[in-house]
Amino acid sequence: MSFISVFDVLGPNMIGPSSSHTAGAAVIAYLAHKMIAPPLKKVDFTLYGSFAKTYHGHGTDRALLGGIMGFSTDDTRIRNSFSIATERGLSYSFTPCETETDVHPNTVDIHMENAAGQVMTIRGESLGGGKCRIARINGVEVDFTGEYSTVIVVQQDKPGVVAHITKVLSDKGVNIAFMRLFRESKGNTAYTIVESDGHFPEGIEEPLKNNPNVHDVMIIEP
Amino acid sequence: MDFKNASELLALCTQQQLPISEIMRRRECQLGETARDEVTHRMKKALEIMRSSALTPLKTPVKSMGGLIGGEAKKLAQHAAKGHSICGDVLHKAAQYAMAVLEVNASMGLIVAAPTAGSAGVLPGMLFALQDRYNISDERLIDALFNAGAIGYLAMRNATVAGAVGGCQAEVGIASAMAASAAVELMGGKPEQCLDAASTVLMNMLGLVCDPVGGLVEYPCQNRNAAGVANALVAAELSLAGIHQFIPFDEMLDTMYAVGRRIPIELRETALGGCAATPSACAKCGLCS
Repeated sequence: MSFISVFDVLGPNMIGPSSSHTAGAAVIAYLAHKMIAPPLKKVDFTLYGSFAKTYHGHGTDRALLGGIMGFSTDDTRIRNSFSIATERGLSYSFTPCETETDVHPNTVDIHMENAAGQVMTIRGESLGGGKCRIARINGVEVDFTGEYSTVIVVQQDKPGVVAHITKVLSDKGVNIAFMRLFRESKGNTAYTIVESDGHFPEGIEEPLKNNPNVHDVMIIEP
Repeated sequence: MDFKNASELLALCTQQQLPISEIMRRRECQLGETARDEVTHRMKKALEIMRSSALTPLKTPVKSMGGLIGGEAKKLAQHAAKGHSICGDVLHKAAQYAMAVLEVNASMGLIVAAPTAGSAGVLPGMLFALQDRYNISDERLIDALFNAGAIGYLAMRNATVAGAVGGCQAEVGIASAMAASAAVELMGGKPEQCLDAASTVLMNMLGLVCDPVGGLVEYPCQNRNAAGVANALVAAELSLAGIHQFIPFDEMLDTMYAVGRRIPIELRETALGGCAATPSACAKCGLCS
């Protein structure tokens, strides 16, 4: 069992009203914004389950938009995230989806497009108490929480890539807590997700990218 | 230094001759690999957020996002200012602060989940009411937060604090058990008396359902935070008077969890039953239309 801190009991410090529908939503979007190069131009949120039914009264929409702009759960700017997004030239939309029901009750798909034209879709699930997990990247099922320092390597599903990743991490003295590989299908795009207890050393992206089968590297620090 | 249940916690308190708050603080430093100053600093920040959320709506009321609540804390304050309170100072203030925090929460203000957002008013209500009446220092309130944290940790570890899993008894119930235990330590009670008070609360709130109108953390959540802190005060009073409970906290926690899992799904945060399904609530809500 993982350690339950006194600040898991007395916390998170958060903008209300709901740890699952507000704080958890902000965390999911915050993680998503770490996974695409800034600045963001457009973001569309598709809401499922209880999120779809009660998002307005729970401020789930404001929290998601705040998170995508990098606000943490206790940032009072979340309340004004609509106007802040408009000021920043970020266009946004929210679409409740009540037809797809075979999902976790508090699920959101975040479709992002940055100024460089890169697009990415993240699915997140809010698990309660401000905890959440990322369940899909661009349609590929993944699983991580962002509670650890996380590196996500987008790669071609070819032999030797994982060895390359572990060699770089080992050379940099990183202790791997968890490591998992997810792929679209054989030979296609795959995602290696590595979680570590400590922070990653500066400049770890470059050596990780230095492999013909690695397309992109994302680092998420808690 | 760790404990898996209340009886291990009590054994540690006895063996080390320390209050629950100090055991919990040392556990945090050790298992969280964090320095004592840093842990205290973080808790001080939590206390400050709690204070601000308990005080702000007394002067500047805010309407909730869902429009179901807003202004209740100020009404309570004005009622007491006219000398009309029938509760007495401590209970009155506890209820007023508890409702204030829920008002801040429901209007997208900053709060500390304790243990959840929907039950965030109970513990601040208790602490600031006692501070007002007994001139308790912030340092001792921070100790009390660690004490409360120990009770909440046991609930998270061995049962649940989610209304969707265990009903309101798991949210406001656990928050009230935390507040009762903290109050007993603040008023000079022993560790076993803290746990007795926590046990009493769970007994008295057993079976309480989670039935938020419109699925929102507003109504009856805010009322129940006031009722929760009242329950906590009664339980602390009983315990401080030396009334012992022969059902220990660990057993009450197991029972609360078992009862919670048997609460029908309509009465666990789905807004399909209880208060949420009354004609008057449906008229206000429009969730199903």
